[in-house]
Amino acid sequence: MADDHSAAPASVATTSRDGQWPLWEVFLQPPRGAPFEHAGSVHAVDAESALQNARDVYARRGEAVNIWVVPTTAITASTPEDVGPFFDPGNDKPYRHPQFYSVPRGVRVY
Amino acid sequence: MPRPAASSVGRPIAVTASDSTTRSALVQFLLRLGDDRLVLGHRLSEWCGHGPILEEDIALANIALDLVGQAALLLDLAGATEDAGRDGDALAYLREAIDYRNVLLVELPKGDFAFTVVRQFLFSVAAYYQLEGIARSTQTDLAGIAAKALKETRYHVRHAGEWVIKLGDGTDESHARTQSALDGLWRYTGEMFQTDAVDAALVGAGLVPDLTTVEPRWLAQVTDVIERATLTIPAAGYMQRGGRSGRHTEHLGIMLAEMQILQRSYPGAKW
Repeated sequence: MADDHSAAPASVATTSRDGQWPLWEVFLQPPRGAPFEHAGSVHAVDAESALQNARDVYARRGEAVNIWVVPTTAITASTPEDVGPFFDPGNDKPYRHPQFYSVPRGVRVY
Repeated sequence: MPRPAASSVGRPIAVTASDSTTRSALVQFLLRLGDDRLVLGHRLSEWCGHGPILEEDIALANIALDLVGQAALLLDLAGATEDAGRDGDALAYLREAIDYRNVLLVELPKGDFAFTVVRQFLFSVAAYYQLEGIARSTQTDLAGIAAKALKETRYHVRHAGEWVIKLGDGTDESHARTQSALDGLWRYTGEMFQTDAVDAALVGAGLVPDLTTVEPRWLAQVTDVIERATLTIPAAGYMQRGGRSGRHTEHLGIMLAEMQILQRSYPGAKW
């Protein structure tokens, strides 16, 4: 028997400051090839567990054909302070939408 | 009992060998397969609301539902093959412990989390290799159930195997608990591969795989995971048996009392 079983394997991340296992964000690809969508998050000590937990929590009723799990810490998110500079300038520039172009006859509009 | 797929009751059963010996052997075999899953599924369901973390709580309940679903299909087929007016529900809820045919391994109380995952791993690996053979059965209803169960079982092996490695190769306490679970469970594993006249009658007819070919494959995979978990396979010794002939531990009767109380108190209750 190995004597070093008390040493954590390299794959096991340390628990976070709140005492919980590390958090992972879960993205599911719905059937028929639709784009991945954020489904929620799970706690897990490594990627394989995160994948299994994501499957068990979010994909057990046939919701997905593919799963991504990403360490939450790997995600860089915009902040509430970014809302103004990031998104407001788009509000008064409707010409950035393509509705101003007339659709040639013969092109099916979806 | 939940019905994940169409019940086989009422459909003609294509028992390839129609002689009564083969038919009654097939009923016994289906009861063994179905009871193993019903009892283990119930034991797992006892974790519902008590799992170590939310995600694992749901995972255990998922596996429990898979097993109870497999049991529903197998016991319905047993009832239809027996052709004595009993369906899967009657077999599940109206038999006494002495009529149950599950191995002793699955009826032991759920123990701690290490005990639960080690048992699940030992059982699921055996189930996987056995189902692989049954999926090629000449009895097409049985082969269909096995093919469905095989996919579920593959995940059970993966999930439980990961936990065995994590707990065995984890902290001092998780290592000690996992080794202790393995030591306590090992003597109950031999019964999964025990064969008798029931198996002989069905193996000869091409209905089920020979369990003696399952055991070495089981041992190879179990040994691999146990070693990666830095655990030690217990020394070969006396193997417990009795479940296949209805001689159970005292734990099964208590479990069935809880599982069956609704049907026993309100016969035929529906909701």
